[in-house]
Amino acid sequence: MLDTIYTDAESALAEDVRAAHDAGTPLEIAGGGTRKALGGPVQAETTISTAGVSGISLYEPGALTIVAGAGTPLAEIEAALAVENQRLAFEPMDHRALLGTTGEPTIGAVAAMNNSGPRRIQAGAARDAMLGVRFVDGRGTVIRNGGRVMKNVTGYDLVKLMAGSWGTLGVITEIALKVLPAPEAVATVALSGLDDETAIRALSAALGSPYDVTGAAHVDGQTLVRIEGFDSQVNHRGPALVAALKSFGAATILTGNDSDTRWVDIRDVASFAGRDGAVWRVSVKPTDGPKLVTALRPLMPVEAFYDWGGGLVWLMVPDAGDAGAAAIRAQAAVLGGHATLVRAAPAIRAAVDVFEPEAPPLAALTARVRGEFDPKTILNPGRMRG
Amino acid sequence: MEMPAPSEFVLSRKADIVARLQEVLPDDAVIHADEEVKVYECDALTAYKCPPLAAVLPASTEEVAAVLKVCHEMGVPVVPRGSGTSLAGGALPTADSVILGIARMADVLETDYENRFIRVQTGRTNLSVTGAVEEEGFFYAPDPSSQLACAIAGNIAMNSGGAHCLKYGVTTNNLMGVRVVTMEGEIIDIGGAHLDAGGLDLLGVICGSEGQLGVVTEATLRILAKPEGARPILMGFDSNEVAGACVSDIIKAGVLPVAIEFMDRPCIRACEAFAGAGYPDVEALLIVEVEGSEAEIDDQLGKIAAIARHHNPAELRESASPEESALIWRGRKAAFGAMGQINDYMCLDGTIPVGELPYVLRRIGEMSKDFGLDVGNVFHAGDGNMHPLILFDANKPGDLELCEAFGAEILKLCCEVGGCLTGEHGVGVEKRDLMLHQYAPEDLEAQLRVKDAFDPKWLLNPAKVFPIATTASRRAA
Repeated sequence: MLDTIYTDAESALAEDVRAAHDAGTPLEIAGGGTRKALGGPVQAETTISTAGVSGISLYEPGALTIVAGAGTPLAEIEAALAVENQRLAFEPMDHRALLGTTGEPTIGAVAAMNNSGPRRIQAGAARDAMLGVRFVDGRGTVIRNGGRVMKNVTGYDLVKLMAGSWGTLGVITEIALKVLPAPEAVATVALSGLDDETAIRALSAALGSPYDVTGAAHVDGQTLVRIEGFDSQVNHRGPALVAALKSFGAATILTGNDSDTRWVDIRDVASFAGRDGAVWRVSVKPTDGPKLVTALRPLMPVEAFYDWGGGLVWLMVPDAGDAGAAAIRAQAAVLGGHATLVRAAPAIRAAVDVFEPEAPPLAALTARVRGEFDPKTILNPGRMRG
Repeated sequence: MEMPAPSEFVLSRKADIVARLQEVLPDDAVIHADEEVKVYECDALTAYKCPPLAAVLPASTEEVAAVLKVCHEMGVPVVPRGSGTSLAGGALPTADSVILGIARMADVLETDYENRFIRVQTGRTNLSVTGAVEEEGFFYAPDPSSQLACAIAGNIAMNSGGAHCLKYGVTTNNLMGVRVVTMEGEIIDIGGAHLDAGGLDLLGVICGSEGQLGVVTEATLRILAKPEGARPILMGFDSNEVAGACVSDIIKAGVLPVAIEFMDRPCIRACEAFAGAGYPDVEALLIVEVEGSEAEIDDQLGKIAAIARHHNPAELRESASPEESALIWRGRKAAFGAMGQINDYMCLDGTIPVGELPYVLRRIGEMSKDFGLDVGNVFHAGDGNMHPLILFDANKPGDLELCEAFGAEILKLCCEVGGCLTGEHGVGVEKRDLMLHQYAPEDLEAQLRVKDAFDPKWLLNPAKVFPIATTASRRAA
């Protein structure tokens, strides 16, 4: 048993879940509350908060490892890492602007939704940075999996399973994360005026180069490629990329704020924030991104931009009817991938599948796994299920 | 090491089982003669052997499904096998089991350079995945040292790593999708050429499940553009503490090498005697490799050398050419062979928090004296994945048992300092009975429940990973 500042809070939380299990009381898990409107509406009157399970219990910069309670504000973790010139490499999205929420995002929610931003294509997703978890399952049992070391194949990897389970398998109480050094320099190679398909080809060329691209997006008519590292690396790779992309046009190199703000905007979907419309997040193979958008255009008014080299398509469509669910899902099925409804009116989120419906055999397997962790379906009921 | 007693009922039905398998597979794909099944009696953990009831070599996913259906229906345990290079006994059969070998499924199904993935049948060897894409300037990153022989199926089962995972991650970080066959014979596709799961991340739990949740027949793997170049620097130190502190300082300085390899004195001496790589006779040796253009490499190696100089290295040798690089790596790459030259050895795989390195090495040295067995240490220092090589004499009665007891103590030590039993080899049968040193019973119970969901009858590789007492009731059910 660990002994940390949040050990007692974890025990108390487990006690509460056990009581809810015994009574069959559904629970909505709350962190900072900034992402309450994500996923399907939860069918629960009672809220259980991770706020008490908070604080950094271990940080070893030389081992690139940090361990924190699930309720720890993300900002607290990022501030601690910044002191040592390190960061969370997976660049989690801040949903507040897009969803119009306030509050403090927590690391628990980042883990529970496998929340990863532009650097996902190079540094991996949140799930890849997660080394270990503690969680309370639907019976109120505290379970530990993984650890705090970077290589660990001891037993099943429930850490990955918990990442992206949206609280439906357990209440995550602690997360151990791999962190990475923050770079000395960052630059963005920018091309303008490319159509979507050509832009994605340019991004593929950049990602297929040896220059270790850490961001590849096409937004607002600009095709952006990010590189990070020591000054000497960025100074070499920037011009090398400009040369490699010459056939797509004359690229410019952005640095400093000019470069940084673009990636924050891409990460947080700034283009769609503060505007009316339902927002979808679709994961396909990169060259299918433009095909998806082209197929949808005749069917509905749609705004789109691309991250992950084209593989992550953000769509904004009218927030009415099924918010385009049937058409978007049909395309995702043809292309192979998955679509998640990120923002829509509550009535629409309640009526359509927020997450991609799975093929029957996979859905059955998923349901069996879920049943093993939360036999009475008391954890975030409705969040992931349609 | 204890294995469950074979089911007399299954053994008595061997002829029926073979006949049913022959109905769904070509004749040459069902191996059942006593002298022929012996080929499958062990994997690379050769201390344990047991010929299986039969072995099958399906050539397609559909044939795999057909085999599993038959075995499921007849209640026969199935042990999946890639290339049989497991050091943990992951493919060790029981007498009542059917070995399902994937070796006939080794095709490349799709390569897509624009989208940076390759889809292969999982009998394909690790190295030949890179072989299929390297002409286009790409590679598959996980590089276990058995990569010439080991199959992707086994890599997925064990979530294999390698020397370069400090930068590129292990198998799970490079696996995008699988086609998996359940014990019931159902074919399920999970993931694909797109990123991340639309629902629960079952791919993440299948990877590293040691063939207990399903048989993976196809895999979509991420491929990466090859770096412009790579070069190592070699450093020698007079103490393990100082070498450990140097590793930590390199990482803290923001340099992220592709590999940081660490060797202690016994290992350095063995390698030097065997390979003549020109290693200095020091307490600890570090090989740090970085990637990039020539100028980038010079710059990074310069930064690393400057950090090392703060720690008064006994030796500091930056490679300036491919020949010098090869020489620096020659000893390290020969480490296992060099130790094997001295005696039989057992290779451990525990991982520790990097900061605990000096303490753990000191304790291993003390234990080596207590047990009267020599040990050399070579490991991936950047991520704390140790490979203590314990020397013993297989022909000397009691030496293997002594070596195993020593190994168990080292692994318990790894757990005590916050690490784990295995960083990249897997649990198999080798470390099965140590699992309760790392996990509490309820932690293991959660894992057993996952297997319940995938394989309710507990027929897939059932006697592995977990202490057999903890799984007895499930296996008997």
